[in-house]
Amino acid sequence: MQIYLPIAELSVDVFLLLGLGAGIGFLSGMFGVGGGFLMTPLLIFIGIPPAIAVATQANNVIASSVSGCFSHWSRGNVDFKMGGILLAGGFAGSTIGVALFALLRDLGQIDLVINLSYVVLLGTVGVLMLLEGTRALLRRRRKVGPGKLHAHTWLHGLPLKTRFRRSRLYISALLPFAIGFGVGVLSAIMGVGGAFILVPLMIYLLGMPTAMVVGTSLFQIIFVSANVTFLQATQNQTVDVVLALLLIVGGVVGAQFGGRVGAKLPGDTLRLLLGVLILGVALRLSLELVVRPEDLYSLGIPG
Amino acid sequence: MSPAVRPSARALVVCLLVAVGVTVPARATGLVADLSSHLVAITSGFAGADVLLFGAVDGPGDVVVVVRGPERDQPVLRKSNVAGIWMNTARMTFERVPSFYYVAATRPLEEIAGEPVLRANQFGVERLPIAAPAARAGGRAAEEWRAALIRNKRREGLYVGEPRHVTLLGQRLFRASVHLPANVPTGLYRAETYLLRDGQIVSAQTTPLSISKLGLEADLYAFAHERPAAYGVIAVLAALVAGWLAHLAFRRS
Repeated sequence: MQIYLPIAELSVDVFLLLGLGAGIGFLSGMFGVGGGFLMTPLLIFIGIPPAIAVATQANNVIASSVSGCFSHWSRGNVDFKMGGILLAGGFAGSTIGVALFALLRDLGQIDLVINLSYVVLLGTVGVLMLLEGTRALLRRRRKVGPGKLHAHTWLHGLPLKTRFRRSRLYISALLPFAIGFGVGVLSAIMGVGGAFILVPLMIYLLGMPTAMVVGTSLFQIIFVSANVTFLQATQNQTVDVVLALLLIVGGVVGAQFGGRVGAKLPGDTLRLLLGVLILGVALRLSLELVVRPEDLYSLGIPG
Repeated sequence: MSPAVRPSARALVVCLLVAVGVTVPARATGLVADLSSHLVAITSGFAGADVLLFGAVDGPGDVVVVVRGPERDQPVLRKSNVAGIWMNTARMTFERVPSFYYVAATRPLEEIAGEPVLRANQFGVERLPIAAPAARAGGRAAEEWRAALIRNKRREGLYVGEPRHVTLLGQRLFRASVHLPANVPTGLYRAETYLLRDGQIVSAQTTPLSISKLGLEADLYAFAHERPAAYGVIAVLAALVAGWLAHLAFRRS
């Protein structure tokens, strides 16, 4: 059954979209990630214009982050002070990101930038996860304990030191602000919540307790993606609510089942699988960049 | 014939002429044409549509049917390889390009009329008056850009040339089925029907065709473009509520 997407101005099979939402929802439930980094490329593969895929996915991310954040909040696993500073950076970053998006779109380079950002980021994260996953597997066999948790570097010498009670940290507020800013820019350009970058940075760079990380990052992501959605809607008119709604419905159902399967698999195996998946998407996207296109010419958006 | 009968016969003829005159434009002698529908509505189930163009001619001849979409400025982008990556490096904007063009005829166009007639009436995708701005490109480069525009439009199903696609029934009735793909641009279209004899146009008729979004789709599109801030707020709120509902559903199970 075809449905016409009013903003994308094309018709797509309803069940394809619901299935896509459910599939990504399943994976996100299983791996505990938002899944935006998989959804946006897939939307582009099925023919949704990249600009609309990115903006609509930001809308979709709000829904999945809200439901996730609520359950972490009820367990007291959200550091609002840390989240607030990340958020301030995120707001600034995503606002600049959306403006950059509009500029690149006018220049006709937005598709390239979206594609390149995905290849670089997914490639890096995928390789790191694979390395980390294999190392963890080996470590489990050799029974070697983990390394030191808090290494002191120049990052701890930055000004504006602030105490974060919930996370039991005393670090410069500039650090979470900068992280929030960077992820905010990416969130606007790539249509992702950015948890897959935010979470490792919060664990390894800030040294936050793992239990706090997921809830706090979700808290920040809700507001940053709300900001991205609003700005994309006002500046670029690229948010397709019909598309977003279909993806949300599929995603909610899929995440239910994914969560159950994920709970049964060991963490190391999960991380390895996720790493393979991320690398696969990165490879598929990089092919589009390096293989000579069938037609060197393409049509821009008519004025 | 008695003179008493004549006035009533004349009245009948006048009546018939008036009745015919309502449906036939005065200048289109020898040709009547109409569309199966003058409004194509793009609604939530829209996956393309077929519009039937049909009519009658008063004798043998060739029929050419042209359907044109609204004119727009169309940019074309060209990729080239920069450091191993294919990226858009050049851009050319063609002004006032038909967003949709369909041509069909009873025979291949070249057999129906000579090149000057075909060109003057823009019969055939290749004869559309599309030209790159002279200041930007000339000669072979201009031709390449133009060919690229037409090739891409064809690939999207928005430029269609189908010789022999107009079928004649008993030398009098004709019909042609015009396919509008799902990505058809909205706006006011023009369906032109021409009757040609001995390579010359003897009759022509133009029928308007409106393609527009209707219902929820139209409202959403208009809302998103006319009141983007309100649209953005509603999109965010809808997602928040959906996420909250999902949370409630999760908690119960």
